[in-house]
Amino acid sequence: MADITFDHVTKSFSETVFALDDLTLHVPDGQFLILVGPSGCGKTTALRIVAGLERPTTGDVRIGEVSMHGVSPRDRDIAMVFQNYALYPHMTVFKNLAFGLKERRTPKDEIKRRVGEVSAMLGLDELLKRRPAQLSGGQRQRVAMGRALVREPKAFLMDEPLSNLDAKLRVQMRAELKRIHQQLGITTIYVTHDQVEAMTLGERVVVMSAGKAQQIGTPQDVYRKPANLFVAGFIGSPAMNLLRGTVSGGRVVAGDLSFPCGEVGTQDVVVGIRPDCMSPLTDGRPTVEFQVDVVEPLGEQVVVHGSVAGSNVQSGAEEVEEIPLAIEGSRAAVTAVFEATREPAPGDRLSLGVTPERIHLFDAHTGDVIEGRDGWGAR
Amino acid sequence: MTGQPIAATAHKVKRAEKPERRFLFSPWHLVLIPIVVVMLVPLVWMLVTSLQTLGETRVYPPTLVPHSLQWRNYSDVLRLAPFGQWFLNTTIVTVAVVIGNLLLCSLAGYAFARIKFFGREVVFLLVLATLMIPFQVVMIPTFLIVRRLGLIDTLGALIVPNLAQAFGIFLLRQFFRTLPIELEEAARIDGASRLGVLFKIVLPLSGPALATLAVITFLWTWNDFLWPLITIYSPSHYTLQLGLTTFQGAHQTVMNLLMAANVMSIVPVLLLFFIAQRYFIRGIATTGLKG
Repeated sequence: MADITFDHVTKSFSETVFALDDLTLHVPDGQFLILVGPSGCGKTTALRIVAGLERPTTGDVRIGEVSMHGVSPRDRDIAMVFQNYALYPHMTVFKNLAFGLKERRTPKDEIKRRVGEVSAMLGLDELLKRRPAQLSGGQRQRVAMGRALVREPKAFLMDEPLSNLDAKLRVQMRAELKRIHQQLGITTIYVTHDQVEAMTLGERVVVMSAGKAQQIGTPQDVYRKPANLFVAGFIGSPAMNLLRGTVSGGRVVAGDLSFPCGEVGTQDVVVGIRPDCMSPLTDGRPTVEFQVDVVEPLGEQVVVHGSVAGSNVQSGAEEVEEIPLAIEGSRAAVTAVFEATREPAPGDRLSLGVTPERIHLFDAHTGDVIEGRDGWGAR
Repeated sequence: MTGQPIAATAHKVKRAEKPERRFLFSPWHLVLIPIVVVMLVPLVWMLVTSLQTLGETRVYPPTLVPHSLQWRNYSDVLRLAPFGQWFLNTTIVTVAVVIGNLLLCSLAGYAFARIKFFGREVVFLLVLATLMIPFQVVMIPTFLIVRRLGLIDTLGALIVPNLAQAFGIFLLRQFFRTLPIELEEAARIDGASRLGVLFKIVLPLSGPALATLAVITFLWTWNDFLWPLITIYSPSHYTLQLGLTTFQGAHQTVMNLLMAANVMSIVPVLLLFFIAQRYFIRGIATTGLKG
């Protein structure tokens, strides 16, 4: 059990490419910390530096207040779960689980006891004599978890451990992981690109982009109070609607949406509205005229894609392969999520009310959130 | 689930095709069968000659069917020459060289494949470059070194210079690089040292490459003639290949005994080839492709 500290850690693979750019972060003992971001944001590099598989270019990592400078992976007493599990193919499940203990010269009956405990906890008893090739994906994943658990290390490092599972199993294992962490309380750093995993698993979330920590906070914080456009666009599904807006005379105007905003130090702003803050109720709230394009019923809720007057802003978190809906020049794509009591049809024009307290305002030039607005941006 | 029936049908089709394919005549056979004949004739001729009398071996045109089977040629070889000693010498040298190559080429190949050190690529290129130097060029310098070591006319002269080869280092490096690096990283985090990773993770997964290297080294060492010829003088230290020449004089060659000895000397090679031909062929293919 130990805390982990990143102290101004930088990692560059060449003069100009920084995988990690001055990352400073403290993970308290026992915390479940999530590193989340799009691929190439440096989250895996950060994990590998803790494991000792990469050396930081500058800066230092401390585990339990001990500098890890020059400490080899085997002497760090951490366990890692790899994305592809990295089970030793020539060993049985038992030997896979026992390998780390054997390397640390644990007595034989102690190995047997601990492997027994862990395999019981993960339901691997029946599989101990099999080889990895004879296991299903979910079973392999559990063996990989078991290999980390059996060591009783100071910290767990997990590199997208659930990304190779099918959707149903992933949800199951997610709950399993949370239960194990609650039971053992071992410091865990968990890397993922899946923001749902980040939100559901983490006690604290670090949203990363371009080697930098964009925001560090609880899942609720990063969702409700995104620090900048990137976090706003990355966290939340469907993504936050981002519209270009201008400030004049104490009011923000974005297309036909207009609301008061008080003193904002800039003229050009980005208006951020979560899809679930827009609904067909009009109870005196600011409204926008919304043209329906595509309707996706989800049972209780309905996801409606369409457009409003105005123009979109890119957050920088968009997936490259994301295909924008065909929107005419003077209109902006917008997604709304509301109760399925009123299911609109494609082509409908609706008047959507926007909850003003939950509109986020960002500085269009710096991308940072505009704070200090009375009651704005927070619920 | 529409995928399942399709897969099942595909399986059935495959099974139906199989017996058909076995009797299928391919035009390639017109080329391959003559090649097989050409390859087999010397072997058969050797076997036949080894069972003839000395007189029969000198008949022209040569007979391919012996009148009598002279099995005593084989016992004559064992009686007239220290054939058993030569066989033992060759075995000792070959086993030592094969083990040395497996061990040393693994270590060097792993270092070149995975450990980052200053000048790694340059050193590796130098090692590769030695493959381009013909043996005849280094023969005399090697001889001088071996003499300085006091190994001339001992089996050590045959073992020590051949304990590691550039080819083996290259072959294993290429293979090690194809193994998923996460396995090694996982083992290092699990507490294994570099050597532990090599011996407990990498080598157990490198069976095909190690088998290839073992077979190729075995063949080279077993059949080597030139190097033993210049370093070994005493008949008691002869290898098989040297011993065979003693049946070949300046004025006459005892052809039937020579061939009997030959047959005995290739038995281990043939055995090994049959056991390991799968690896051998795959290995040659790999060395051709992965470069």
